[in-house]
Amino acid sequence: MTVWAPVEYTGVAELRGPLVLVRGVRGVGWDEYATIELESGERRHGLVLETDRDLAVVQVFEGTAGLRAEGTRVTFAGGPLRVPVGAGWLGRVCDGRGRPLDGGPPVLGAADAAVNGFPLNPTRREPPSEPVLTGISAVDALTTLVRGQKLAVFSSGGLPHLELAAQIAAQADTGGTAFAVVFAAIGLTHADAASVRDTLEERLAAGESALLLNLADDPVIERVLTPRLALTVAEYLAFELERHVLVVLADMTSYCEALREVSSARGEIPARRAYPGYLYSDLASLYERCGRVTGLAGSVTVLPVLTMPAGDITHPVPDLTGYITEGQILLSRDVPVYPHVDPLSSLSRMMRAGAGPGRTRPEHLDLAAQILAALARARQAAELAELVGESALGAVDRRYLAMAEAFTNVLLAQRRDEARSLDETFERAWRVVSVLPRRELSMLSPAALDAGYRERT
Amino acid sequence: MGAVNTSGAPGAPDTVSASGAAGTVSRVNGPLVEVDGLAGAAMFELVELGPHRLSGEVVSLRGAHATVQAYEYTGGLAPGHRAERRGAPLSALLGPHLLGGVFDGLLRPLDGAGLWLDPAAPRPSPTDRAWEFAPLAEQGAVIGRGTALGAVRSGASPPYLVLSPGGEVSAIRRAGPCRAADPVAVVGGAEVTVERRRPVRRPLPYAARLDEMTPLTTGQRVIDLLLPVSLGGTVAVPGGFGTGKTVLLQQIAKWCDADVVVYVGCGERGNEMADVVAELAGMPDPRTGGRLADRTVVIANTSNMPMMARESSVYTGVTVAEHFRDMGYDAVVIADSTSRWAEARRELGSRSGALPAEEGYPADLASALAAFYERAGRVTTLGGRTGSVTIVGAVSPPGGDLTEPVTTLTQRFVRSQWTLDRDLAYARHYPAVSWSGSFARDADALAGVTPEGAARRARVTALLAEADRLTALAELVGAGTLPPHERVALLGGRLVREGLLQQSALSPTDAHCGPARTAALADALLAVVERAQALARQGVPVASIEDRDFSPLLRAKDAPEEEIPARRDAVLRELEAAR
Repeated sequence: MTVWAPVEYTGVAELRGPLVLVRGVRGVGWDEYATIELESGERRHGLVLETDRDLAVVQVFEGTAGLRAEGTRVTFAGGPLRVPVGAGWLGRVCDGRGRPLDGGPPVLGAADAAVNGFPLNPTRREPPSEPVLTGISAVDALTTLVRGQKLAVFSSGGLPHLELAAQIAAQADTGGTAFAVVFAAIGLTHADAASVRDTLEERLAAGESALLLNLADDPVIERVLTPRLALTVAEYLAFELERHVLVVLADMTSYCEALREVSSARGEIPARRAYPGYLYSDLASLYERCGRVTGLAGSVTVLPVLTMPAGDITHPVPDLTGYITEGQILLSRDVPVYPHVDPLSSLSRMMRAGAGPGRTRPEHLDLAAQILAALARARQAAELAELVGESALGAVDRRYLAMAEAFTNVLLAQRRDEARSLDETFERAWRVVSVLPRRELSMLSPAALDAGYRERT
Repeated sequence: MGAVNTSGAPGAPDTVSASGAAGTVSRVNGPLVEVDGLAGAAMFELVELGPHRLSGEVVSLRGAHATVQAYEYTGGLAPGHRAERRGAPLSALLGPHLLGGVFDGLLRPLDGAGLWLDPAAPRPSPTDRAWEFAPLAEQGAVIGRGTALGAVRSGASPPYLVLSPGGEVSAIRRAGPCRAADPVAVVGGAEVTVERRRPVRRPLPYAARLDEMTPLTTGQRVIDLLLPVSLGGTVAVPGGFGTGKTVLLQQIAKWCDADVVVYVGCGERGNEMADVVAELAGMPDPRTGGRLADRTVVIANTSNMPMMARESSVYTGVTVAEHFRDMGYDAVVIADSTSRWAEARRELGSRSGALPAEEGYPADLASALAAFYERAGRVTTLGGRTGSVTIVGAVSPPGGDLTEPVTTLTQRFVRSQWTLDRDLAYARHYPAVSWSGSFARDADALAGVTPEGAARRARVTALLAEADRLTALAELVGAGTLPPHERVALLGGRLVREGLLQQSALSPTDAHCGPARTAALADALLAVVERAQALARQGVPVASIEDRDFSPLLRAKDAPEEEIPARRDAVLRELEAAR
């Protein structure tokens, strides 16, 4: 068998930001994978962002620091980047490009797959209909995560969204069916990454999880690749090996910043806040890789985690994410206890399909609606109490305030290592609504009330 | 009556000539591809790119140098690859297979395509199926353009009419099975097939626009009562994420009384498209007895499918609607979301180096939006029938900011706007259509159809406006300090919001509400509010009025229509007890 040596190009015409412009190339296709070899023998990797006659614009994942126009050799792979896929990823800790960090051998796969994937035919999608139980009461009870859903966690700097994401990754399960977690850490600090790794330790050891770590001081452009790698691995686990896979992408704000950096280096016309105009399409190409397929047992559920700069939900990153994801879990400083989930601003659009009779508990949707309605009323009452004093409130309004307090202390508050069973979450939820007089609970059926409501003694 | 000669190619309209001429790809930047050596190409002509023959469309020409927008992922496409002219503009294959089908932005069937949409993989052809043809014209007759030559039926779908290009019918096929690509007649010397290709960026012709107004009933009370839309009208539905835009549009797709619904998922979620398709397939059409899917054409271009096909999908959708309009049907196009379409145009403009206008959008955004919405209308077709295209376009304003370009430009060109309000959605008031922030320019003309309808709408609108004003006041000074009649107005506002405007998409009885039922509910609520006002004027303590049990009326929307008067009377009796 003859192996043709790939053509090496040395005509580096320009180095700019994360980009290398190579002249004199022939037949190099768009989005092709490239290897850049430095004089020192060091190898870096990249993707073709544009090809113009004999010019190729390559973005270098590891950055261009130390690259010189002379002595740099670039080769092209002849096609888009493919990565090995298979069960070999489970139990492994790798960097943002998939190289082992755990001292093990390189990850090999039964097959390989294009890292960009292909769009899933919408007619082959099965509407999501079963829950992923996270063991977090606030999520399981009020914003149920559903298999095949994409549900974002919106947070602000200083809040424990990473702890929550890691806790969900460590605890989540699908009730006995084959389950796996792919955790893509994007631009995390060493301390955060270490804590995620600790939390996932058991799951990694059990071969139920893969961890990809792109750290805050790792090459910025590598972040463009990390979530794609995670999703490519997850798609194979889900649709070839038929597992239910949860993909956690944290922090997507760092990903978007990397994208902005590339866009700026290319001199593209910026859209809002200098993010590229294609940010929506780009984010969609990641988040939309979740789903279920008719006739296959597996699913990909995506949990993107992002920090809203200055807590601004209209910032392009949370805004565009919110337009793509099927709901959001909003963490707020105004909620005093871990996990800081603001129930009234959080929503799981798939919950109607994934919770209720035969899936979680028969009264689940009514109970969740009742709790949210009561919390909304309690918030109004609290605002009024600020103006006129709590003593001026009616007796019913005061019961609503008591209910909101019980909600925070009994249902919402949870330890960072505490996995709550669905039974326990529902037991607590009923305790919370039972603070209200029974006649206030108009959204629950009499039968559900007979079974769950506790008269105050 | 002779059988049709089957030789010869069907007449291809809008041929630009010189099909097959080829140039060379010189630059690839995502979906933007530049090609050298395309002398003689026309603007918007289709080009096939590279070894996988990815389709693209010429968007600018400078000498023999063409800029092409590709409709597929261009990974691997390289300078030096061949680019072949197709000699025709982007066109869609229109035929009876459309009803009940799911298609991509170029109207290629997705049913039966692979699990993963690999651009290099072959796509199934829609033309193999056999249809039952019935002739409607006689051999030898001279018939005008747009007149029906025959009909094909499938299931409970509305009959699909094969329209004449005009001229003498020299041959026509007998009744019986035929395939969509088979000629069924020769008219004016040209063969006519059941299916045909039509360019999508140009409106299909009609004889005249009609002025008189007929309402499109959507089954959603807040719309039919307060913000009605006419057949042939245009509606923008702006709403930030989480305001229930997609649910509202799906409700309209399911329940509006159109003959054909074209649902264009333009850059939206895959799971939602799966949900729409599954729900329509499982739901009976109350008017025909068939499935709702049989009157629906779904164009699914989800956000992860190629961006430029998203750009074309709104045109494809409206072309399909015009095609059914020409058969004399009332068609509704639901485009979710036009913002994604505008963003696709922005992305291409940015890649091709066009100078940006507002927020980076290309300067032709306003004219492109205007031209798109102008394709709506109720018309006399070339064949003399009456048909309509109604366009409902969702707008997804970034950050919920209603001053952004797509929202403000769209507002200028539409007849109605249903603004979805974040505060209403936050309070779980669905559909979260704001009654104060929306408009319906045809409301007066439509209400004029029934005088009592105009009066009802005026009373509900006035009641809501008064309640809104007082709510703002009560937040400052406390409701307790307001005079009795104003407290009753606040109560009235609450009753109308909860008992009339809120409508559950999940409730089997409430998801759809016919005009008579909407009117009965509104009248019952207005009667109760009026009685409450009368009692307050007579000096009955307002707290005791507020404490009455209004729940029979608030829950009347879940009850059978005939029960509504009894529930109204029960609440009126309950009010009397406040004395």
